[in-house]
Amino acid sequence: MKFGIQVNEGPYQHQASDTAYQFTKAALEKGHEVFRVFFYHDGVNNGTRLTTPPQDDRNIVNRWSELAEKYDLDLVVCVAAAQRRGIVDDDEAKRQGKDATNIAPRFRISGLGQLIEAGIQSDRLVVFGD
Amino acid sequence: MTDEMTEEGGTVKRFLYVNRRAPYGSIYALESLEVVLIGAAFEQDVSMVFIDDGVYELKKGQDTKAIDMKNFSPTYRALEMYDVEKLYADKESMDARGLTEDDLVVPVEVLSTEELANLMEEQDVVLSF
Repeated sequence: MKFGIQVNEGPYQHQASDTAYQFTKAALEKGHEVFRVFFYHDGVNNGTRLTTPPQDDRNIVNRWSELAEKYDLDLVVCVAAAQRRGIVDDDEAKRQGKDATNIAPRFRISGLGQLIEAGIQSDRLVVFGD
Repeated sequence: MTDEMTEEGGTVKRFLYVNRRAPYGSIYALESLEVVLIGAAFEQDVSMVFIDDGVYELKKGQDTKAIDMKNFSPTYRALEMYDVEKLYADKESMDARGLTEDDLVVPVEVLSTEELANLMEEQDVVLSF
């Protein structure tokens, strides 16, 4: 089956991001396809490489990046939500005149159309949030 | 499932946006409205339903000056221009909050819990905010 995944909550504050990760990983390991993971609302905070959790805790951001590397997963951070919350890649830094970037490896910033497209292209869109 | 096609030959699916939050206090309501407006460009079969505190999103006469937030309730009136015309509200949620259709900024069809369940059953994609 082809899944689309939407993550609506930030890391550590809320379990939605953990559950979304576990679901995505399990689906891929079972041989299913994941068309895209779309990060919205505070979910965009899953895409900052500046996260530094305690050493004995899971690293939620790195975990997503590694999963994306392994399965060539498309991790998309919503641009409008990212701008509000300060998630920045090279293009955004240039466009908005910011002095730094923080996007994590294998994440990319794009528009809400990517979420709608995931809904259209996937057999199931699974939303993780409150 | 046989999906309909758009004029350009794309797939048309039934999208339902479920709005469950008060308009202020968290950003869910505002950002979900942004999804609906952007999504409208994709020529999908869109419905919106307002449940729980989500019915407050449509309340007439919102005055947000004192909390220094933008009153975005007029945007719901623009949905018609985006061909988003299927708006529903949950009767139980309306009743519990003392609201009637006359209290809302846009016309809605008020549905019972059972009718709502049927509406959700008919959808291809349900986005819950």
